[in-house]
Amino acid sequence: MGETIQTAIETRQLTVAYAATTALWNVSLQIPMQRISAIIGPNGAGKSTLLKAILGGVPILSGEVIVNDAALGREQSARGKASRIGYVPQRSAVDWDFPITVLDLVLMGTYGRLKWFQRPGKKEREDAFDALEQVQMCEYADRQIGQLSGGQQQRVFLARAFVQKAKIYLLDEPFAGVDAKTEKMIVEILHRLRDQGDTVVMVHHDLTTVANYFDHVTLLNRQLVAAGATQTTFTAENIQATYGIDGMMWGQMSNGPCHD
Amino acid sequence: MIEFFTDYTVQLVVVGSAITGATSGALGCFAYLRKQGLIGDVISHSTLLGIVVVFWVWFALTGEGSKSLWLLIPGAIVAAIGAMILMQWIASSTKIKPDASLGVVLALFFGSGMTMLRWIQRSATPIPGQAGLEDYLFGMAAAMTLADLWMVAGLAVCSLLLLLICWSRFKVLTFDVQYATGLGLAVGIWELLMLSLLVIGIVIGIQIVGVVLMVAMLVAPASAARQWTNTLGKMVGLAALIGAMCAGGGALLSAVGKGMPTGPVIVVFLCCVVGFSLLFGPGRGVLSRRRKLVA
Repeated sequence: MGETIQTAIETRQLTVAYAATTALWNVSLQIPMQRISAIIGPNGAGKSTLLKAILGGVPILSGEVIVNDAALGREQSARGKASRIGYVPQRSAVDWDFPITVLDLVLMGTYGRLKWFQRPGKKEREDAFDALEQVQMCEYADRQIGQLSGGQQQRVFLARAFVQKAKIYLLDEPFAGVDAKTEKMIVEILHRLRDQGDTVVMVHHDLTTVANYFDHVTLLNRQLVAAGATQTTFTAENIQATYGIDGMMWGQMSNGPCHD
Repeated sequence: MIEFFTDYTVQLVVVGSAITGATSGALGCFAYLRKQGLIGDVISHSTLLGIVVVFWVWFALTGEGSKSLWLLIPGAIVAAIGAMILMQWIASSTKIKPDASLGVVLALFFGSGMTMLRWIQRSATPIPGQAGLEDYLFGMAAAMTLADLWMVAGLAVCSLLLLLICWSRFKVLTFDVQYATGLGLAVGIWELLMLSLLVIGIVIGIQIVGVVLMVAMLVAPASAARQWTNTLGKMVGLAALIGAMCAGGGALLSAVGKGMPTGPVIVVFLCCVVGFSLLFGPGRGVLSRRRKLVA
């Protein structure tokens, strides 16, 4: 591709701390626009925190997060800007017993367009069903979210981001507890989003699939270890520097086949 | 008995209790879903200090003791806010674990409240109107006056209207704060509004249920209602209904047995409803799950 790659999200010396522990320390990185990027690193490396910091959901101790207007679609007002970041939370962070149906959940994606006293109407419901159609979940619209399988749950949350007309997707381990078939389906959806010009950023655990799924990779362990195109950045040395273990072990660690 | 039902005081007490129960039941659903039951308990215990302090200050200023809710509820609200600020400060500035910090704040506010209550009741020169101040521990619906009813009804209408009008915002905020942030909502303001509703749901019941058991009025209707439905709207409506029935019924029963504290009676009713719902709730109840296992 001859065109220069623009930056969608940039962090500058970003430091985030919870109470007494530092979650992210002095992280400066650039995530490219219209690409699929992975954030990988061991447990407690601050991956989820990085997503939340981009979302604006955690207090930043120092540094800053800059989200490119172009990546959000131009001529956005400051308020509309935020509403075009679609967030798919970690499964363990969701209250699956919450009294809410699939349709209600997807309708939440329209709330950013509604005024504080408005409720979703006919137009919003149509949008929601369109989004459910895209992830093949229409027939589950009336189910309570806890009654879905792991893969169905992820698809519903993706549909919520579609309804929001998101331009940037932030996903926190969308493949945790998801069967191989659904994982493939979600990957296809995400690649389609990228080809449409959207930006996808994902916290990812399975190191064996990184090379296949992602254009760009960020290796994180509280501090930035490395970030760049997958081909050049996803190397044994960088992985070892991130996880602090023998590079040979990482195949086993991610429950995937060992590399020869 | 018929005479009893047409009695003006009894009607007033039952209506006031039912309004309180409905409001606390509806607002309590959000406390339940946000896992703030324990925080609600700390807040309700803490309000005792506010009640007693404002009673004493009013006496010091006017020479008379007043137990009007127009005086005591603002006092309770101030104490509730104080307790929340202290909890927040402990959580953010010390290394005390969250559960311990709740215990510390409860002990501090409720302990000082109790101490001051005893001090007022045993002062050498009796303070007029202090008799019955201890009823705010376990509730005394019969003490309700028409002025009190207006106060309770005003709070109920304001809080329930706010809830209805801003329904979508409260829903998304209760379900997923991070996502609400991503949508670009002013999360700070909405969180503050939600906390205000929690406080109103508590202070509205200090006279009828009392500070010690008030948390049950918040959490029990929500727990019961959750067993019967999978949508938030129905849950809130059902919780309001359960709260109104139990509080109204409890007040009636306690009015029959003169001098019986209302709070415990209401809580017994609530526990029965929760127990019944846990057993028989469709799809979620213990029995229905057992049947599923057998089948």
